[in-house]
Amino acid sequence: MKTNVESSYLKIENLWKFFGKFLALENISLEVKEGEFICFLGPSGCGKTTLLRAIAGLDLQSSGTTLQGGKDVSNLPPSERDFGIVFQSYALFPNLSIEKNIAYGLENTGRSKDEIKARVAELLELVGLPEQGKKYPAQLSGGQQQRIALARAIATNPGLLLLDEPLSALDAKVRVHLRHEIKELQRKLGVTTVMVTHDQEEALAMADRIVVMNHGVIEQVGTPTEIYREPSSLFVADFIGEMNQITATAGAGNKVRFGSAVMESAPHQFNEGDKIIAAIRPNDIIPHGDSAHSLGKDDRVETESNAIDVEVGEMEFLGSFWRCRLRHELFGNEDLIADFSINAVRRLELSEGSTMLIELPPTRLMAFAGSE
Amino acid sequence: MSDATLQNVPSGKSIRGKLSRDDIIMRGSMIVIGLYLLITMAFPLYAMLSKSFSTYKFDLAAYEVQVSDETGTNFSQPVTFADLNETLNVVAETDLSAGSDGRLGVTQFFPDFSFRSPVNYRLRNTSDTGRFLVGSTLNDATDWVELDSNTFRRVQLRPVEARGLDNFRTYFRTPALSNSIKNSVIIATVSTVITVFLAFWFAFALNRSCMRFKGFFRLVAMAPILVPSLLPGIALVYLFGNQGMLKELLFGATIYGPIGIIIGSVFFTFPHAFLIISTALSISDARLYEASVVLRGSPWRTFWTVTIPGARYGLVSAAFVVFNLVITDFGLPKVIGGQFNVLAVDIYKQVIGQQNFEMGAVVSVVLILPAIVAFTIDRLVQSKQVALLSARSVPYSPSPNARLDWTLFGFSSLVAVFIVGILAVCQFAALVKFWPYDLSFSLNNYQFDRMDGGGWGSYYNSIKLALLTAVIGTSVIFFGAYLVEKSNGFRTGRTLFQMFAMLPMAIPGMVLGLSYIFFFNNPSNPFYFIYGTMAILVVSTVTHFYTVSHLTATTALQQMDREFESVSASLKQPTLKLFSRVTVPVSMPAILDISIYLFVNAMTTVSAVVFLYSPKTSLASIAVLNMDDAGDIAPAAAMGMMIFYTNAAARILHLIASRGILQRTQAWRKR
Ligand SMILES: Nc1ncnc2c1ncn2[C@@H]1O[C@H](COP(=O)(O)OP(=O)(O)O)[C@@H](O)[C@H]1O
Ligand SMILES: [Mg+2]
Repeated sequence: MKTNVESSYLKIENLWKFFGKFLALENISLEVKEGEFICFLGPSGCGKTTLLRAIAGLDLQSSGTTLQGGKDVSNLPPSERDFGIVFQSYALFPNLSIEKNIAYGLENTGRSKDEIKARVAELLELVGLPEQGKKYPAQLSGGQQQRIALARAIATNPGLLLLDEPLSALDAKVRVHLRHEIKELQRKLGVTTVMVTHDQEEALAMADRIVVMNHGVIEQVGTPTEIYREPSSLFVADFIGEMNQITATAGAGNKVRFGSAVMESAPHQFNEGDKIIAAIRPNDIIPHGDSAHSLGKDDRVETESNAIDVEVGEMEFLGSFWRCRLRHELFGNEDLIADFSINAVRRLELSEGSTMLIELPPTRLMAFAGSE
Repeated sequence: MSDATLQNVPSGKSIRGKLSRDDIIMRGSMIVIGLYLLITMAFPLYAMLSKSFSTYKFDLAAYEVQVSDETGTNFSQPVTFADLNETLNVVAETDLSAGSDGRLGVTQFFPDFSFRSPVNYRLRNTSDTGRFLVGSTLNDATDWVELDSNTFRRVQLRPVEARGLDNFRTYFRTPALSNSIKNSVIIATVSTVITVFLAFWFAFALNRSCMRFKGFFRLVAMAPILVPSLLPGIALVYLFGNQGMLKELLFGATIYGPIGIIIGSVFFTFPHAFLIISTALSISDARLYEASVVLRGSPWRTFWTVTIPGARYGLVSAAFVVFNLVITDFGLPKVIGGQFNVLAVDIYKQVIGQQNFEMGAVVSVVLILPAIVAFTIDRLVQSKQVALLSARSVPYSPSPNARLDWTLFGFSSLVAVFIVGILAVCQFAALVKFWPYDLSFSLNNYQFDRMDGGGWGSYYNSIKLALLTAVIGTSVIFFGAYLVEKSNGFRTGRTLFQMFAMLPMAIPGMVLGLSYIFFFNNPSNPFYFIYGTMAILVVSTVTHFYTVSHLTATTALQQMDREFESVSASLKQPTLKLFSRVTVPVSMPAILDISIYLFVNAMTTVSAVVFLYSPKTSLASIAVLNMDDAGDIAPAAAMGMMIFYTNAAARILHLIASRGILQRTQAWRKR
């Protein structure tokens, strides 16, 4: 029986890792398809690097198997596996020129001197630094060093590219720029790539699929949109993007109850009366006009039960939108945070202290188990 | 992720990593160097320890003897020597204790013995531990041996070996020996207090004042490192000895004894204390001073509440280092100690003077104890100092204060005069005909070949030893440190190795040298062949100075990116290629430091090698000792100064070479 048409290039099964008595990875299973760009995302200390190093064979797992390209590599040393790696520190050899750094892995592989030279030139071209070959790493900027490290890692055309927080040592602007370049390069080469990051934006922008990790376990695996739109846990919801969290109880059917008010929500499995956390992203909250301020002909409330009048508190202009703190007795002392377009704020003449009608669309209002 | 989850035991079987070729090479190499340390450290020390518990005693009950009548037949009933001694009492109980080489003649048990008599004797061992010599043939069988009187004269009993605390009992019951403990501790303590005091103010002047000529003072402070510890002793003899120029300054006291040892110890330990305290002072935090000034603390108050606490680890560490250096030093008390016995010299006297190896081992064990305590405390304190270093940031820059600056300048000048003076006296004495009677210039004292001590040959031997030690030592130690720092897994092996690497520092040179005799001077040892050669001198010197070099290498390696090895493995390149192309070039400054450290110490060391040199491998530092012993003090001073100039030249060469190599290999350091 054939189940999986698309073959997985990297397959991790029931992987555990202990450091002494400390459990760093708990029963990790994961499949990565050929040519895919995967991000391990999670807060610092959750085990991302540990998992990456286990995949590389740099720090073997305590138990569990790793299959790469159909071959069991679980207990192989790094030198007998097929991967290139880039570390946060780049680990460029400081006393070797850029050319020699890139050529390092090409030596002793049966390539002639000329072949190596040509390949180095090609790689320098590829990472956009064709003129820098004779310099030493310390003479390059952080971003340039990062690209050299990348060139060195892909020089031998490894089947798997591993990146451990490759961008986190750079300043914000360079980081955004390099994000695209790395992604471009990866697409061009088609190399299966696993990148570790604690920066959700980076993961959302670059990954084909994201593996969200927390405390040594995988919380969720999915495409950026899936992770963002349908977080499987409050942790994921909170870690990726922003999320309003409101204490509530579950209602019968797909409903949630705030005090006396009952609203429709996305489907959930809770029983009536269960304590839950209702969650909605700030940019999912829909502003509505009244007769005086119309937002256009489509501006009408879809679900009456999910519309409420709120008072506008503090407003903060964040460049491309307004962040508004909204107050309603249903939410207790907590403010509901909503991001409204500049356009909407202008048309609705919103200002601190005014009242307005908002709607919490049922599909975007999610219910999660409350923390005890 | 708490321990609670440990109950969910992972289902799959646990992974056992396959070793890569590199892993195997690195582990293999580590085992080789580990074995080296085992053979050159642990085994010899064990041999020495077991020697200190060995006692040798004649067991008179272990032999039976029969005597014939005048016809040479009709033997009497067998009796033991013990029976005979009971009636005759010719050998006292205390005389039955002996060294391993002890021999006891047997004719004394027969008052009527005459070697011309026709009487025959029969002798046998009653047990297989018994041994006796007939001439030079050893007899350890229990069969009867029949001997005529003339041959019986040449029979000698050999002592049997036993284990026990007897040697220690003897040691502590003999005041001449055990007094040395008190003596050693006293001179070490007094020297420590004086040196640390002087070094502190000297370092204070260099780090916390705007005094002039700091560079010069720093240079002078380091000079004593370049000469053997016994050289100040020679200078003191010239100044305050029986014909000394300044003898009157002592008001009748003698320089031969504690006074001389203490002054000389201050001289040779000064740079060590200065370096440590200077480091501690240089890292103190400027912010604390600012705070103190803001709080209107008086300078004196600031000194006690900020300066001293900031430097306290440095002070404690310096104190223990100095204490350790003084208590284990041999050369200086040998030259100027006179009748004042100290532990290190006792070892020498027991072994070389009295051939009592067991007692030498006992003194060694006694000496090792304070050394190990001082060493352990120093290590603990040093680790705290490191933590301090990384936590602090803003360096303190002193502001001018004329009165303080000139006071400190005066003080530093006095210290400099003391150091330079000692060296100048030696040089002067070496260049005059006959101190203090004929002060005309002469190079006679440099004709070492006319003196006892090995002549110029010993000087060249020293250079050879220093070069070999520097090259071989640096290679072995740096590679060893690399293996410990950078290999994967193999935790137990690495911890063990690290322990072995720290041990040499706690072992006094005299103890190491003596233990080498016990271990290597033994025909059944497969390494017996290196005994008496240059090789054993190199090995002992490398081992003696292993720890500091190892720590220097380790520190340099820890500063290197931890992921180089990972990158190299991912690129499928051998680790040894990484080692030679990246690790070594990048660590070149540390490697050069290690090699000059080993060179200088090999030139000046006396303690370990004094037991191990042979006439063919005599060394300059040993020549100084021996010429001084023979009364050729001026040539001894001349040779001592040769060592000084050689080391100074080596340091300058090292500086030039470092600059050159750094310029080539470290071009990448500059932007
Ligand atoms: N060699 C090690 N020994 C002990 N604990 C370790 C080791 N390496 C990592 N850890 C622990 O494992 C956890 C996961 O670490 P890591 O994988 O580096 O996290 P991150 O997700 O930030 O990359 C952390 O709590 C860390 O302290
Ligand atoms: Mg990490």
